[in-house]
Order: sequence, then structure tokens, then C-alpha cells
Amino acid sequence: MARLVIVLVVLIAATILGALSQRKNGRFFTKRNFTPAVTESEIGHAFGTRGTVLQFSSAFCAPCRAARITLESVVPQFEGIARVEIDAEANLELVRKLRVMQTPTTIFLDAKGIELGRAVGAPKKSQLVAVLEKI
Amino acid sequence: MAQPQQIDARAPRVSAGITTVVLIIALLTHSTWLIIWQLAVFAISTFYSMAKSPYGFIYRTLIRPRLKGEVPLEDSKPPAFAQLVGFGFVLVATIGALAHNWAVFTVATSGCIFAAFLNSAFDYCLGCKIYLLGIRIFR
Repeated sequence: MARLVIVLVVLIAATILGALSQRKNGRFFTKRNFTPAVTESEIGHAFGTRGTVLQFSSAFCAPCRAARITLESVVPQFEGIARVEIDAEANLELVRKLRVMQTPTTIFLDAKGIELGRAVGAPKKSQLVAVLEKI
Repeated sequence: MAQPQQIDARAPRVSAGITTVVLIIALLTHSTWLIIWQLAVFAISTFYSMAKSPYGFIYRTLIRPRLKGEVPLEDSKPPAFAQLVGFGFVLVATIGALAHNWAVFTVATSGCIFAAFLNSAFDYCLGCKIYLLGIRIFR
């Protein structure tokens, strides 16, 4: 009986975590904590005149590929917005500075390199378009 | 770890589903043999080849022929990482079972059921959540 209860508790806990993480996936959150502005040399790329979309990826990350494909197809439709992909593992200093906890994380920067907000998980096209239209 | 390859993206989720069922039965019956079996399955897919995994074989012969549409391919590295994590959990569970320490067995098996069920039911990417955190802590 106790064993059955353990199994049920584990399955319910996993269901709650899974549902929560699916709900938050790809959603844009405006910045709440102060993260310092990044520089062009830190991201190894020039900023866009309106803003920059910074994607953090890592090796064991299946949705990173999906995020890249979405960004590649959507971002060029917006003039003045640069797209940069960063290998999180090779850029730990930047990862710590921007408090990136998991991949894929997409960070939206203004023209000066100050964070406007971020989306964790692979964003959908519609979610991305809604954010970029406001930059 | 096994060499990276392109695999059917649906296979790891089906395998995780079978793993969930096997581990639940192992936990309910305190079966040492079943946990050793699962350890062997994880060992094959982690260190030898994901395509040679017995659960991959079940997927290919029983489930894939019934699925329609194009085969979605993905890199085998993210699921390989998840298999490695599963191997770790089940290794601890096996040691617990062999030592008749059922508390250790139960905690480790529960942890693995948690991860396998999340993977199977929600396509949860374990590597995304913990790999970078691990690197941040240890480097």
C-alpha cells in the first residue's frame, strides 16, 4: 500500500511540474531583476540598430534546434534587429552575468545592449512576432 | 557515451514510457531482477548504441509501423544525456536492492520514475534544465 502511494505521489508531482513548465515554455517575461548591459564584444557581434535577439544554446538540448529554426525564420523579417546564438558552455561568464539557468533561453536586448526581457524554452513564431513588434 | 547519431525523435519518448512502467512494477514488487534489467537497458543505450536498445527495438517493430507521416529526426545527444542520468539513478537503485536497503532503492527508483514520466508524457528536456546548471556549479 505504501509503495502504491509513493508511485502516485511521484506521478502527480511530475504531472504538476510538466504542466507548469509547458505553460511557461517560450513565454516572454519582462525583466524584473537588474542585469548589467552587455557589450558588443561580449556577444561577439554588432548590436542591431533597434535591438538584438540573443539565443543561448547547449549540447544536450533538443528544443535549442527548434528555437534556432524559429528565430532564423522570424527575426530577419524585422529590420534593425540582429540575431546572435551563443554556446552557453563556451561563454560561462556571459551566462552568469545574464543569469541564464537553462537552455534554450532567448534574451531580447535594446539598441544599447540592455535587457528588455527573456523567453525560456523554444518560443513559438506567434510569441516571437508579438515581442519583436514592440521593440 | 555512444557516438552521436540522428534518431527518430519519437523513439526516446516511447522508450521513456516503457521505462516508466518497468520501474513502477519494480518499485511495487521490490524486484531486483527488474531493476537489473533496466540498468542493462540504460547501459546499452548510454554506452553502446541507442539504436540497439531493447526498448528501441520494441518501438521499431511494434509501434513505428503503425505511425503515419514523416519521421521527425533529432540529434541523439539530448536523449543520450537523459539516459545517462537514468543510468545513474538506476545504478544506485540496483546497489540498494542488492544490499537489501529498500529505502535507497525506493528513493532512487522514484527519482527515475519522476524523470522518465516527465520525459514520456511532456517531452520534458532534462538536459536543458540541469546540464547548464551543473556546468555553472562545477566550473
